[in-house]
Formats: sequence, C-alpha cells, structure tokens
Amino acid sequence: MSRDTSDMAAARDGVTDLTAGFRDPATGEFRQETMIINMGPQHPSTHGVLRLLLELDGETVIRCKPVIGYLHTGIEKNTEYRTWVQGVAFVTRADYLSPFFNELGYCLGVERLLGIEAPPRAQVIRVLVCELNRIASHLIYLATGGLELGAVSVMLYGFREREIILDLFEAITGLRMNHAYIRPGGVLMDLPEEGPQKIRDILRILPGRIDEYETLLDDNPIWRERNEGVGVLRADEALALGVTGPVLRAAGVPADLRKDMPYAGYETYDFDVPVRTEADAYARYRIRIEEMRESLKIAQQAFERLDETPGPVMVADPKVGWPPKLSVGPDGIGNDPAYLRHIMEESMEALIHHFKAVTQGVEVPPGEVYSAVESPRGELGFHIVSTGEHRPYRVKIRDPSFVNLQALPAMIEGYLVADSVAANASIDPVMGGVDR
Amino acid sequence: MPAERFEGVHLGKTPEEVEEEVERGVLVTTLDRAVGWARKQSMWPATFGLACCAIEMMSAGAGQYDLSRWGMELFRASPRQADLMIVAGRVSQKMAPVLRRIYDQMVEPKWVISMGVCASAGGMFTNYAIVQGVDTIVPVDIYVPGCPPKPEMLMYGILKLQGKVRTSEPFR
Amino acid sequence: MSPEDLAQRVRSRFPDVVVTRGEVTVVLERDDLLDGLGWLRDEDGVELGFLSSLSATHWPDAEPAFWVDYELRSMTRLHRIRVKVGLPAEDPHVPSVTPMFPTANWHERETFDFFGVVFDGHPELTRILLPDDWEGHPLRKDEPLGGVPTWFHGATVPPIDDRGMA
Repeated sequence: MSRDTSDMAAARDGVTDLTAGFRDPATGEFRQETMIINMGPQHPSTHGVLRLLLELDGETVIRCKPVIGYLHTGIEKNTEYRTWVQGVAFVTRADYLSPFFNELGYCLGVERLLGIEAPPRAQVIRVLVCELNRIASHLIYLATGGLELGAVSVMLYGFREREIILDLFEAITGLRMNHAYIRPGGVLMDLPEEGPQKIRDILRILPGRIDEYETLLDDNPIWRERNEGVGVLRADEALALGVTGPVLRAAGVPADLRKDMPYAGYETYDFDVPVRTEADAYARYRIRIEEMRESLKIAQQAFERLDETPGPVMVADPKVGWPPKLSVGPDGIGNDPAYLRHIMEESMEALIHHFKAVTQGVEVPPGEVYSAVESPRGELGFHIVSTGEHRPYRVKIRDPSFVNLQALPAMIEGYLVADSVAANASIDPVMGGVDR
Repeated sequence: MPAERFEGVHLGKTPEEVEEEVERGVLVTTLDRAVGWARKQSMWPATFGLACCAIEMMSAGAGQYDLSRWGMELFRASPRQADLMIVAGRVSQKMAPVLRRIYDQMVEPKWVISMGVCASAGGMFTNYAIVQGVDTIVPVDIYVPGCPPKPEMLMYGILKLQGKVRTSEPFR
Repeated sequence: MSPEDLAQRVRSRFPDVVVTRGEVTVVLERDDLLDGLGWLRDEDGVELGFLSSLSATHWPDAEPAFWVDYELRSMTRLHRIRVKVGLPAEDPHVPSVTPMFPTANWHERETFDFFGVVFDGHPELTRILLPDDWEGHPLRKDEPLGGVPTWFHGATVPPIDDRGMA
C-alpha cells in the first residue's frame, strides 16, 4: 500500500469523519473530559477491600480518593465489653498479617498499666516470634506484590517459604494465624519439644531462599521498570502525612521504633536498620528484603539466648497469669494435671479463684498509656484507657496501614493508572488494620 | 465426555432401589451424572477474599495445599466467569450490598462456600459492624468453620461441595 | 530527653503537665490548642513535629464529656508527649489540626465518625469507616454494642452487653 498521503487524503474525501462523535461540534477539537472510574472494593489488585475513586485524563491519574471501611469490624468497641486477656484475641485480628505485633503492642500497654514486666525468657520468645512474623509478613508483600504486577511465580515461592514459618507457629501456639499467644504478663506457653529443631531449620533454609528472591527480582528488567520511579514520596511529604515504616525509611529517614524507643529488650540485640534515599517502590522492595535478613539476624540471636534464659514464661502473680499453666501433655496441649487435681479435689477457694480469674481476670489500675511497636508496616500504637475495672475502657489502635494509605493520593496523582497498582503494593496495606 | 462411556458402569444400586427412585421421580440420569462430574471438576472460584480467611484461601491455592489438584487454581476476578464464591472473611455492613451485587452478577449454576465463622455466623464479632452470617444475604451451600480454617479444612469443605454438585440435578 | 526533663521544659509554657508511668501528658484548653501544638513543634529541644495518633474518649456522665487526645512524637529528639483537650457534651467542637499536621485528616474523620466530635476547619469532615448513611456514633458509651442473640436448640444467649454480667 502506498504511503503517499495525498492519495489517502483523496480517498478520505467523501467519507464521513469517523471521529465525529469524539469532537466538540462547536470548535471541532477533541473533547477533553476526565473520566471517573471506580477500582474495587472487589478487585484482584487492590490488596483487599479497598475502593479507589480515580479521576483519569486518558491514562493519567488526576485525582485519587481512597474509600475505606469495607472491613470495619468494630474491634475497638468489642474490647470494651471483654476482659483484658480476651482483648488479645480481638486485637490480634486487626492487622491480620502481623498478629504477634498487635498482641505485643497491646500487652506492653497493659503491662505498663499494671506496672509489671514479663519474665526474661518470655521477652526473648516474644522477640523471636515477632521477628519471624516480620519475615512472614514481608513474604506476603513479595507474593501479593509480585502477583499484582504479574509475576505469578513469586506468589508461589513466597507462600512456600511462609508455610515453613507458619508450621513453626502452629507448633508453638497451636494456630497458623491470629495466635493470641502473647498475653499480658508473658506468653501463653513455653516452646514445645520440636520447637528448637524447627527454628534451626528455618534459620538454615531461609537465607538461601531470600537469595533466590534477589536473583529473581533484583535485576529483572520488568520488575525494575515497574518499580523504579513509581510511587515517589519524599521525606517531607512522608513526615507530614504521618507515614512510618519501610515507606519512610525509603525516603531517607532512619526512623525505627526498635532503635529509637526500644521495647521488649530490643536494645540488647545487634541489628541494622536499612535506609535508602530514592523513595520509590523499588527502594521499598530492597528495604523489605534487607529487613528480612536483619530479622533473621535477630531471630538467630534470640534463639541462642533461649538456652541461657531458662525460667517461667508468665509472671508468677496468679491474678495476671493464666491459671491452668498449659503445657504439652500426652494428649496434645492440656492443663497441668496437678493444678486440676488441686482445684477440683483439694481446695474450694482455689476453684473459686480459678473461676474468677478465667471469667473476670485481672483488674488493671486506672490510667492511660500509649504503647507503640515497630510492625512490618510502621508504627503500630495502642492508646489504652483503664478505669480500674476488669475490662478496658477504651482501646484505640493506631494502625500504620490506616495512616500510610492516606499517602496513596500523594504518590499516584499525576502518574499513570497502571503505576497506582505498583504504588499500592509498595505501601503494603492490610485492610484489616485500616478498617479495624 | 460422551454419556455412552457411563453405560455398564456399576451404579451401586439394587434394582429395588432404582425402582423406588423412579417412583419418587428423583432419578439422576447418566447425562445428569456426566454434567455433574464436569461441573465439579472445573469450578472457577471468584476472588472474594476479605480478611484473614483470604490469606488461608491463598495458602490453599498456593504450592503446599494445591487447589489445582481439583481444577480450582484459576481464581476469576470477574464474577461473570466464576461459578463458586468463597466468602472468606468478615462481611461488614458496608460490604454487604457489594457482596449481594457480586452474587447477582454470577451466572447460574453458582454455589457459595461460607469460609470461617465470621462469614458463617458473625464469628467473635457479634456487634453493630459485622453481618451476622452471610446466609442472611446469599444462599450458602457449605459452611466451613474455623478462625481461620486451615487450608485442609477448606479443602474438605470444597470436596463436600463437589460431592453435592456431582449428585445434584443440573437441569432444574 | 527523659520524660521528667521534657515535663520540666513544657511546664515553662503550660501549667497542667503530668508524668506517670514514664509518659508526659499535657492538658490544654480548646482555644489554646493550635498555639500549644505549634509551640511544641517549633520549640528548640522539644521538636514534637510528628503526629502519631489522634483519638477521643467518651465519658457520659462527667464533665468534660469528650477528651480528644493527640499523641506527638519527635523524630529528632526521640521522645513522646500526649496532649489532651476536654470538650463539653453539648458543644463537642474543637479546631482541626489538619492544616498543621496533614496526617490528622483521616484521624479526625474517624473520630467524628465514632464519637460525633466536630473538627472546625477540616477540609472534608465525613464518615470514613461506617457507611455514609449510618445514624449514630457507635463508640459513644450510650450506644449499644449491637449484634443478635445466639440461637441454640431451645435457648438463646443475648449479645454480650445484654447479658447482665458486669
């Protein structure tokens, strides 16, 4: 076919203009209207039930308005009607990908109100499970982030590694997710017999697997193209918007509560906090990979410390500690038979006391605290108010995803709509925490 | 799969039982059986993961507890292309109309598995914010309890559903 | 700065400062709020320029009925402070801090959604977590928990707030 434009112009004469419907009849120019589209709440790529209202001009996002609340559970109101220990079971389901951090923040707050401290062995176990949970959460970031950007095999690898860690959690706490293991005063039970061997396996296998992720994704041209320069959020914007966690550290601010305001013994562990300056999605990816390695370092130190810190895993005060002293018996996890004999056969007061301890629990002195931990997504804070009863008066969960999601419009306005998926994945929000 | 393949297959029913069924009018023909088998072999779930149960559902679809053994690894994002909706997670009041709309968009035949106690009965959240059981909004075929149910529990529920599909009358 | 030093420093400007359990709490009047937060942010050595959290508590039979609390954190000096403002029941208005701390945008919407506290000067004060047509403010103490009774064969168990157990 000839490329002679005069021929084509001649052929076009006498044919109706196919673009007539797209032109403004008055001026003859193409109409420039923006389009408002709705992404979600049921969408494969929005990381859960998040609804994004996007105003698009072609492919460019002009305005973005996230609509949240599709997973609002009323956890905060529910804790006001349950005892302090039952609060752990509610609070652990807020940010469901890092349940141990929810429990740890809440229990540190309750312990500060009570004026007690968990025994040293319990603190070491807490740090161990929290750091392994951080690794599991970052693996989900890799898996779902990769899936949303089209790298489906990363999803399968991420979940494969996660299964090893969840297997350990199931051996220690009885559940794969939402464990309710960290309680005010310590942890529920000591490690089972097969626990140390499983931990050793994890510490041996995971470094090689993280190397595999780096080999697969680090210099992958598609991964780099889709993540470099995408979702840029500079340090001043991030601090103004209250963003914490890997998103803030990618912008050059070395803020990490484990170093800045240490808790649960973190000041005694030797680890680094990875910081980058590019402030884009690729920097956040690199930070999370390096954080996984640092978490392995901390887990290694905590595991070695376990042999040097024997002792109870719950405070001795009978009002605070869970009465039956659970341990792994011949029928699985069971009550201590000596304790059962004592309350059922020997002492009526012990039975009454056991009953009160289980149904009402401890009475926490009046006051308020704000206790914050560094969850995989940022600062996870609990503002707990007590009036001296056996249940909380108010538990406010400051969830990092709730605050980080506010920064999404700042990240994607002015960029392409396909980049909004990559930016959202790089924030790694968990809608359970956003909506609570 | 042509229906002739099933002739001569031992049906497991005595002639008296077959007569009874004919009298009751609930005879499942070999064609029904073939269609039921085909339907249960390749169900496509719709992505409706809401909360913690969604992570266990993803684990069930991942490498270790492989849903692809039953032809279900392909989660369809568009409800028009899906025939199974696994409601995985707590349904809030704001999400309930969306749930109903997705269910209505699915084309017959369709089934619903309510995964976890939050979807089945409201779970531990008996409060203002959570719908106390999705069976108040959509008809549910299988309830899988647990908080969250292990992937093996979800697979057991799916196999029960497949048994139900295989022996049901497809052309109502 | 240690909590005691910080409290000493802040007491030079505000009289009502308390240190308990290692945490510093400042109680401000509603009209003094924006100036107070500005001083806490700009004062050399105090530098509390990061708003971590913003929430409220409802005390139905007390005066003030609502306490709005602001958790501030210093990224440079690594300390925290809590600022509290009391509001009367019949006039739950407080100036919005969103112009000063953009992160307060969603926090104030959530507090309005749950408690009905109105933040004057907020760019868009609408419900955020509950459906837009929800009536009432559920986290107030006079609102019920909600929920339905649990049905068993031959008996029902009412929801937790109706069971008559303390």
